[in-house]
Amino acid sequence: MRNWFLIATSAALLTAAGVAMAQAPQAPAAARPAAASAYRAPRTSDGKPNLNGVWQAITEANWDIEAHSAAPSPIKELGATGAMPAGAGIVEGGSIPYLPEALKKKKENQANRLKLDPEVKCYLPGVPRAVYQPYPFQIIQSTKHIMMLHTFAGAVRTVYMSDQTEAPADSWMGWSNGKWEGESLVVDTKGFNDQSWFDRAGNFHSDALHVVERFTPRSADTLNYEATIEDSKTFSRPWKISLPLYRRVEPNAMIMEFRCVEFVEDLLYGHLKKQPASK
Amino acid sequence: MRHRTLVSALIVSVVIAIAMAATSSVSGQSAPLEKPRAVAKAVPTGKPYTPPKTPDGQPDLQGFWTNSTYVPLERPNGVTKEFYNKEEAEAAMKRSAEREAEQTEPGTTADVHYDFTQFGLDRSQSTFATSLRTSQIYDPPDGKVPPLTAEGQKRQQERAAARKQAGGQYDDVKNMPIGSRCIIMGGAGPPLQNAGYNANYQIVQGAGYVMILTEMIHDARIIPIDNRPAPPSGVRQWTGISRGHYEGNTLVVETTNFNGKNPFRNGSENMKVTERFTRIADDAIEYKFTIDDPATWTKSFSADLPLVKTDGPIFEFACHETNFGIANILAGAREDDKKAAEQKKKPSSN
Repeated sequence: MRNWFLIATSAALLTAAGVAMAQAPQAPAAARPAAASAYRAPRTSDGKPNLNGVWQAITEANWDIEAHSAAPSPIKELGATGAMPAGAGIVEGGSIPYLPEALKKKKENQANRLKLDPEVKCYLPGVPRAVYQPYPFQIIQSTKHIMMLHTFAGAVRTVYMSDQTEAPADSWMGWSNGKWEGESLVVDTKGFNDQSWFDRAGNFHSDALHVVERFTPRSADTLNYEATIEDSKTFSRPWKISLPLYRRVEPNAMIMEFRCVEFVEDLLYGHLKKQPASK
Repeated sequence: MRHRTLVSALIVSVVIAIAMAATSSVSGQSAPLEKPRAVAKAVPTGKPYTPPKTPDGQPDLQGFWTNSTYVPLERPNGVTKEFYNKEEAEAAMKRSAEREAEQTEPGTTADVHYDFTQFGLDRSQSTFATSLRTSQIYDPPDGKVPPLTAEGQKRQQERAAARKQAGGQYDDVKNMPIGSRCIIMGGAGPPLQNAGYNANYQIVQGAGYVMILTEMIHDARIIPIDNRPAPPSGVRQWTGISRGHYEGNTLVVETTNFNGKNPFRNGSENMKVTERFTRIADDAIEYKFTIDDPATWTKSFSADLPLVKTDGPIFEFACHETNFGIANILAGAREDDKKAAEQKKKPSSN
């Protein structure tokens, strides 16, 4: 409880700090792992850093991975509950290096978000969005496979630590091959389709997306998460995001069903409902 | 029909199926009775088998498995024994395979949609478990789901009445089968059931957990084996909430807290499913389950549905994301409504 209060307080402070630091070329120092290199994680039985656990990002990135101010709800009825909180951003250097055409598309996406955001439709969130959506996810780690099991839409990612192959087909969650580099789990993911977004602000990618993530333990209950994002059809150069992940330390922490298909059926298919016969 | 619409909903599955067929060394598409590559020793051989252990000491159940089988859940009428002999089992399997193969005959209705052999939807094309069992259910000894209690009958009638009240199957997406809607498919369970095609699972064991991924709609069950307290009664889920423990080399998983929206055989939300996973060979897991639901059946019942090793990996099954089928089916039904309304108007306007 105390932990959460602290985290919530620091998140609020970070948000406030973000406004002041929005002009700075680097992400706020507090979001960076201060002593990541010094920490040595407990080991699993097969001698690897133990990443098993239920993890969750505490960030406003799912609204917009770039620094942004608070904004009202796009749906009047939701009032303050649907409003967007301000965020300091998780993009290193502050902004995403879009190619000019791609930037235009991003703005269109943002303007038509309710119609276009795959999250609204309960579609698989893709990578890296699945990691920083505001829901817990669980890592189950074996020698050959590391599973990342997400709450949202029950998204699943298998990280192949052995029997690695190229992506057999394009997919929402991509095809992930992993390796250990010191304390870090490094996950290389390709084979994406062009359907998922990075956030609710319309930030997007093409099927040329290539994500390299590093999960590095920074204390018993926190990981540092970094991802390098490359997509030559959309961006002028590779760019990087970073944020901490927090362990859900409560003893009854578990991933629960969020089978959201059921929640969006009226939205997606309601217009195809039989109309009562006119008499 | 249900199968048909389900299939048409799942464009992505075709991609998976093609890939599966490619890895399944299909030697001839017109020969549905190719020998299965892996055969589960569902009948105990008496030979002791010691399963390998994971690094943290759990009996190792990891890998890619399938429960594809021709053995029905309930014993066919007229069959009075628990096990066939080898010839009878082969004949029964052949009959089932031929029934399935009929769907691919040119000129049949089914053929309009799919060539089952082409898309790997025919069980005979991939690994499946053979067994001498005449039915998956072995207890009660007649191989049938026990009779319903009065409460169970009443619930069934109420559910049927509610369905009728809701209108035709194509009136509203909510009236359509849960699988077609990409919410959950039969194979996920619990209990695990033979899904007909893509009946594939991946088991991964990490410290304190067993994860069972069902290929169909990427359904992952996360089973804690750390003796944590029973789940809170206020949370109910489609797949229930599971707790696991080991009894010797057997993983025992008890699941409760179902939401009652997808009840196994019309059971109640208070059903308890007990599953027992025992590795009995490098390429086979004995999988038995028991259903306890006194609100529905006069007694509990148990079944045996072996898992046999199959080739990985499992690909992403993005069902909902490409569910064009359901929109097209509903749009077609509305078009029919419109035509019917116009037809109705015609005579009165004349």
